Amino acid sequence: MSTLTGQIVNLFAAVLLLIAFAMLSQRRILSLINLFAFQGLALVGSTLTVAIATGQKHLLYSAAITFVLKVLVLPYILHRLIRRLNVKWDVETLINIPTLMLVGIGLVIFAFNLALPISQFSTSVARGTLGIALACVLLSFLMMITRSKAVPQVIGFLAMENGLFFAATSATYGMPMVVELGIALDVLIGMVILGVFMFQIREQFDSLDIHHLEKLKED
Amino acid sequence: MNLEGILAQLTEMLVALVAAPLLMGWVNMCRAWMQNRRAPPLWQPFLLLNKLFHKESVIAVNASPIFRITPYIVFGCMLLACAIIPTISTNLPLAPAADAIALVGLFGLARLFISLAAMDIGTAFGSLGARREMLFGFLAEPALLMVLFTVSLIASSTSLATIVGYLGGIELTILPSMAFAGVAFTMVSLAENARVPVDNPATHLELTMIHEALILEYSGRHLALIEWATALKLFAYSCAGVSLFIPWGVASASDHLALLFALPVLTLKLAAGGFAMALIETVSAKMRIFRVPEFLATAFLLGVLALLVHLLLGA
Repeated sequence: MSTLTGQIVNLFAAVLLLIAFAMLSQRRILSLINLFAFQGLALVGSTLTVAIATGQKHLLYSAAITFVLKVLVLPYILHRLIRRLNVKWDVETLINIPTLMLVGIGLVIFAFNLALPISQFSTSVARGTLGIALACVLLSFLMMITRSKAVPQVIGFLAMENGLFFAATSATYGMPMVVELGIALDVLIGMVILGVFMFQIREQFDSLDIHHLEKLKED
Repeated sequence: MNLEGILAQLTEMLVALVAAPLLMGWVNMCRAWMQNRRAPPLWQPFLLLNKLFHKESVIAVNASPIFRITPYIVFGCMLLACAIIPTISTNLPLAPAADAIALVGLFGLARLFISLAAMDIGTAFGSLGARREMLFGFLAEPALLMVLFTVSLIASSTSLATIVGYLGGIELTILPSMAFAGVAFTMVSLAENARVPVDNPATHLELTMIHEALILEYSGRHLALIEWATALKLFAYSCAGVSLFIPWGVASASDHLALLFALPVLTLKLAAGGFAMALIETVSAKMRIFRVPEFLATAFLLGVLALLVHLLLGA
């Protein structure tokens, strides 16, 4: 039983990592949002597996919250946002994509090495996946750094939260319910605020390129 | 080496020779169906081969011996590749001759000769095709090696027969690294076999062709051999794919009953694989040529990830 659970969680972890890389290399915002929804789905799958295998009831709730929030609500908001901002595609990354991939591999190796001594202390069924969760967080960071438009950066931020959440479930069977609820609410509110913020950026600069924000004054 | 092994080896090579054009025909049939066209018959590649073998072979006056021997070398490489990939039985006398890394070398040798032959005549298209072929080959090879390293690490052997035997023998486990390796392998085989996202096998449009540009100067029996070798290459890749990632149904050394079932199982797996390939080709558009390095870099990345995930998770 526990080996099968471990395998399934490992599989979901691998899917998460795969999607993180796919997001890193994706040019279109629309696909980026769909990938984000799929990442949420993988997260729900792994959380459910851990919840059923270990009988931790609060993990079931957090899986449900994740499903509603990250698979349904946030992608819906993002879809609506890009429709109203009329930015369906984005072709700009600051570094070209193959180089980005190589940097990504470097990050994954770094994360795996970093997580190896930590995960030995953990007793959870899925402790091997801590490295993957860390790698997902770092890859989302990388995505935020290398995009110049606001919407992909927000998606990167949300994906990073996915990675953190996965680290929490895989290493310690999840955080306490209060913390999880708080984070879920924070992400939702953050999303709404960032949405408003994006409209403001566009109002001011007629573009979503955040490079315009570096200037303090109008020339 | 025993009589049984030799028999299995010969059967496998014969099956490869016959089934390779049929697989090509099957993929073309599926593509035609999905594109709402009337499909050519399954044996269409045989008709083509027959026609070409009966035609006179025309060779340019300034062709060097390399141009003449290349079709035979390419055909030989592909046949040997088909012979060492265990499809029906893992008891193959030729298997110790070449392991997974040598298999990549075999494909490399064929690529080298066909590129040399293309440049040999000195036409612009030949050199252009050779350049593109070498560029993509140089990017696809490391990705293929990474995939093979991953399965070799899992089975702790680089011999293909051992790998397939090991993968077919273990109980059903979920191996995430194999999933990565499978995706990477699919991408590499699409690129290496000049299928749609990378190259269109059915076109002679100058600006986009890769594979067709290499063989423009060939005719008659030489062209027939090269076409057959192309079919064999597709067959070799498909067989490697199905025997590494769906390894059940390959007979082991001492299993006589399984040998009987091996051929129908293989047919079924290849039919499904061919259908999947036609599906991929139908739903995807051909990439711009300078996007291909990115595509292959992604395959390489997935291969490396497979290796890393295997080392981290031990699965």
